[in-house]
Amino acid sequence: MSVYGPVVKIHPVVLASIGDSYERRNEGASRVIGTLLGTVDKHSVEVTNCFSVPHNESEDEVAVDMEFAKNMYELHKRVSPSEVIVGWYATGFEITEHSVLIHEYYSREATNPIHLTMDCALQSGKMNIRAYVSAPMGVPGKTVGVMFTPLSVKYKYYDTERIGVELLQRTRDAPNASSGLTSDLCQVGKAASRVQDMLATVLTYIEDVLSGKQGADNSVGRYLMDLVNKVPKISAEDFETMLNSNINDLLMVTYLANLTQAQIALNEKIVVL
Amino acid sequence: MASRATLDSPVKQIQIEGLVVLKMIKHYQEEGQGTEVVQGVLLGLVVEDRLEITNCFPFPQHTEDDADFDEVQYQMEMMRSLRHVNIDHLHVGWYQSTYYGSFVSRALLDSQFSYQHAIEESVVLIYDPIKTAQGSLSLKAYRLTPKLMEICKEKDFSAEGLKKAMIGFEHMFEEVPIVIKNSHLINVLMWELEEKSTVADKHELLNLSSSNHLEKSLQLLMDRVDDMSQDIVKYNTYSRNLSKQQQQKHQYTQRRQQENAQRQTRGEPPLPEEDISKMFKPPQPPPRMDTLLIAGQINNYCQNVKEFTSQNLGKLFLAEALQGHNS
Repeated sequence: MSVYGPVVKIHPVVLASIGDSYERRNEGASRVIGTLLGTVDKHSVEVTNCFSVPHNESEDEVAVDMEFAKNMYELHKRVSPSEVIVGWYATGFEITEHSVLIHEYYSREATNPIHLTMDCALQSGKMNIRAYVSAPMGVPGKTVGVMFTPLSVKYKYYDTERIGVELLQRTRDAPNASSGLTSDLCQVGKAASRVQDMLATVLTYIEDVLSGKQGADNSVGRYLMDLVNKVPKISAEDFETMLNSNINDLLMVTYLANLTQAQIALNEKIVVL
Repeated sequence: MASRATLDSPVKQIQIEGLVVLKMIKHYQEEGQGTEVVQGVLLGLVVEDRLEITNCFPFPQHTEDDADFDEVQYQMEMMRSLRHVNIDHLHVGWYQSTYYGSFVSRALLDSQFSYQHAIEESVVLIYDPIKTAQGSLSLKAYRLTPKLMEICKEKDFSAEGLKKAMIGFEHMFEEVPIVIKNSHLINVLMWELEEKSTVADKHELLNLSSSNHLEKSLQLLMDRVDDMSQDIVKYNTYSRNLSKQQQQKHQYTQRRQQENAQRQTRGEPPLPEEDISKMFKPPQPPPRMDTLLIAGQINNYCQNVKEFTSQNLGKLFLAEALQGHNS
């Protein structure tokens, strides 16, 4: 894809929002549109929020509730004053003529707006999330048309977002698409098993290379060296002492916490009840 | 702090959509750094014994130059607009972020009480961003127990009132289990994201360094325990004063009686019985509600610390196994 214009970085919350508004669309509407909010950088546009805008679309005309859009933007600005309108989105596979009109409206609100499409009907079996920017084209002097040029789309996560998304990924495997939140030690176990899986993959690769089934790759070899060297070489006694002191700290803290809890329970019994 | 065994409230489980989780995370990330809390409203509906939360919107921070800012109006506008796009506009609760688990405060109690009074099934979702940043999403849902609701209704926070209701700090809030549900379209989105995004797993969960987090938690715990001990001292002084006063009253009445007896023997009219209670004003009993809140908060801290230490112990043993392999 040709890359002309800024890179579009999308947060997962935007995509989830769009999917949700698609599911809640009115009867008979084939697609939903809405405004994208975010921040603009020199080379990139970061889309962090969105809201859907009611609109009516028929064969020859399209009506967008602009009042609503303005109102919502004001409300959102109260919460996050740094977000500005960066473009708009539409669900669906193609760009229609109506899109051009809507895009014109949005060019009044923001400089060089981005148009994002997300195919929620899964026409091609995938979601096809694409972003476009409009560029004028045509022969000068005659009617000027508008062309939508595609942009490269990247996904950006905050750290906490990534962890949230990881949790949500688990629902896709469950039969009824739901999952509970796990408790402490289970999580450590799960993280450890993830690392174990990764190590297993690496091991199979190494064995393949050793038995000649796969050609050795030098860069991978260097990574492997790094990996093995990262495990710190500490003498056994030093490690024992470190481990024991850490364990002692943690056990002491647990003991103190239990003691405090017992204390306040006692206090309660004596004073209040 | 949380009693899970006896949930005789109308809501037995909370079902949250992934979208709500992402929105909460984003809200905190962008607007709430440091010790400020970010709040917002939860929207959804009640289905049988489940509370489904399908959307949420954030509340702007309270700043001084917002004198003419009307919270209610903002909320009304937001809900009206959301109704236009077919989003559930029923208020079912609110969410708040917390700093290291310190959220048991008078303000929270009051807000939750007003919510629960108006809407019986409402909950407050507590999102802990710092714990989440350490590797696992920390989201808990709380409601006030019916006993506490009674007390708040009557606004009787004195010691007798609390004693009558037999409320301990463990029976203040009840925790409701949370389930995350995603619609199938969102599930498709999740698959796509996994394929497309190249964000590597950072494995913060397996991070061995714990002292920073532990220090902060313990410091907060110590502050609270200090508050608690001050409270206890106040209560002790009060009970001492009370008993001293009782003694004084007793002495006074005795003296009066003696004098009266003497006067009678001398044939003089007895002195009038003065109103004792006016002379000895009973000292003010200290409010017990704060103690309860502090106790609840301390309990919460202890729970968090224990969870944290158990995780770290596991990680340490993992590291030991790794070393044992090499040496």
